[in-house]
Amino acid sequence: MSDAEPILSIRNVSKSFGAVQALNAVSFDVHPGEVVALAGDNGAGKSTIIKAISGVFRHDAGEILLGGKAIDFATPQEARENGIETIYQDLALADNLSIGENIFLGREPKRMLFGVLPILDRAKMAGAAKETMARLDFHVTRLDAPVAAFSGGQRQAIAIGRAIYWNARLVIMDEPTAALGVPEQRRVLALVKSLRAQGKGIIFISHNLRDIFEVADEIVVFRHGENSGKRKPSETSHDEIVKLMVGA
Amino acid sequence: MTIAATSPPARLAHPILLWIAQLRAWAFLVVLVAFFEIWARAAEGVSFLFNVYNIQSILVFATAPLLLALGQTFVIISSGIDLSLGFVMGLSSVIAAHASNYFTAELGLPPFVAMVAAILSGTAVAIFPGFVNGLLVSRLQIPPFIGTLGMYGVARGAAYLFAGGMTVAIDNDWYSAIGNGRVYGVPVLVIITGVACLVLHYMLSQTRFGQHTYALGASKPAANRAGIDIKRLTLQIYLLSAIMAGVAGAMYTGRFTAGAPQAGEPLLLDSIAAVVIGGASLFGGSGTIWGTIAGALVIAVIQYGLVFINVEPFWQFIAVGVVIIISVFVDQTQRRLMGGRQVE
Repeated sequence: MSDAEPILSIRNVSKSFGAVQALNAVSFDVHPGEVVALAGDNGAGKSTIIKAISGVFRHDAGEILLGGKAIDFATPQEARENGIETIYQDLALADNLSIGENIFLGREPKRMLFGVLPILDRAKMAGAAKETMARLDFHVTRLDAPVAAFSGGQRQAIAIGRAIYWNARLVIMDEPTAALGVPEQRRVLALVKSLRAQGKGIIFISHNLRDIFEVADEIVVFRHGENSGKRKPSETSHDEIVKLMVGA
Repeated sequence: MTIAATSPPARLAHPILLWIAQLRAWAFLVVLVAFFEIWARAAEGVSFLFNVYNIQSILVFATAPLLLALGQTFVIISSGIDLSLGFVMGLSSVIAAHASNYFTAELGLPPFVAMVAAILSGTAVAIFPGFVNGLLVSRLQIPPFIGTLGMYGVARGAAYLFAGGMTVAIDNDWYSAIGNGRVYGVPVLVIITGVACLVLHYMLSQTRFGQHTYALGASKPAANRAGIDIKRLTLQIYLLSAIMAGVAGAMYTGRFTAGAPQAGEPLLLDSIAAVVIGGASLFGGSGTIWGTIAGALVIAVIQYGLVFINVEPFWQFIAVGVVIIISVFVDQTQRRLMGGRQVE
């Protein structure tokens, strides 16, 4: 699986906030069709590295290579335009808008009414929503319903659908199962696997080691802003990962 | 693709029920008109509805609060509120009156040109408070309630200062015709307000600006992460709302052939009431221009209707107040019953 060129290469990336060294020479790769799980305690640097990748802030030192090219995004929009979609725990969906409207939020398609008046192309948005959600095996009957009407797992699927529609190369998922009940968690893990099957690179952040062991191809452990280890799930155990996390 | 993530379809209210919910304000309007019709026939033996004069009066009566409410709709959908509108309207009214006099007497422009210039001046003045409101809320993170309340005071003081503490009479037949004239029996004010309704309905329902206003009201982080420049959007929303108040002020000057600092004082609450009765949530994220139009008509019908059936005018305030409370209550209940998130 990791024979191909990596989509994303993190090489000795460091970041400090004032006197606090949040990241210290962190390195890992993400390949197409690979799920890389980031494990670590709170404040270990997981969120910092994904924010540096997704353009929330810039890193101080080291290199982030996307498709072999060094990147340094100033804004999340720039990262998104380059194929990096981030799915946050709190989802960032507008509850009052439909699935299609959420997928296209900020990039709404238009058409001409009577050839003169530009209006939003709602049919296109609904069509794309239906098609995209069907690719996730999520068949919606009411495409005009606001997303508030859907359950947590379904909303997670909508956020993932947005990444798929815009052809993301790299999908970053920050605690995607944290706020969900058990059956919903299973569904989201299935979605992660389906993204992998579509050849996306995935960074998966979770506190839940069981989830990590289920979906990850590689586990990168963080501790105090440093890589404390990299393991394949088949070659390690929960205990070893926990030891790497807490440094025992 | 091998996935087992088949999700059951979400449990949702029937489309017809949702549709009815959106028409609630219109339904209420119909009930209200029917009530006054029956009362007027029973008590006075006259018709309330089938009376051209009544219809015209109600529509003209509704124009000023509606013009304010149109802009307020955007602000409320974005989960803000604009308390400065009443006195922005007053300020614009005074400036439009001064401008009309200046362009006519000092510059000797023909009345029609002076009228157009005066309306534009009055409307343009509103850009200042709108811009400041927008900056306060978007850049300085001041809560809209406080920021626009401050602007309420500033605009009020400025309006009275410019007016010298009095009303500013104008003498321009064209301008007066804008406020009182009719085209084929339809008051000019109603035509102008109707056009404003169409333009703002288009902006809210068919443009990115409108779509992003809904998103901003539902979730600021979601709008932000979707790449929407929420600071700029917020500024534009408060600008739009102030400009509509400017138009309302310029129209007031035509209707009463005088600019008055207190022109919009009683209308601010009516504008908020119209938006809320029209189905918008004060928490942001929902509302429509059609709803707001119905809301403004409901208020106008209550106010005019109570006078028509000879109820003491002070009952108007009570009636409108009760309607606002009922609207919000019904809205909350409806949301609980229909829009509640499905929990698995």
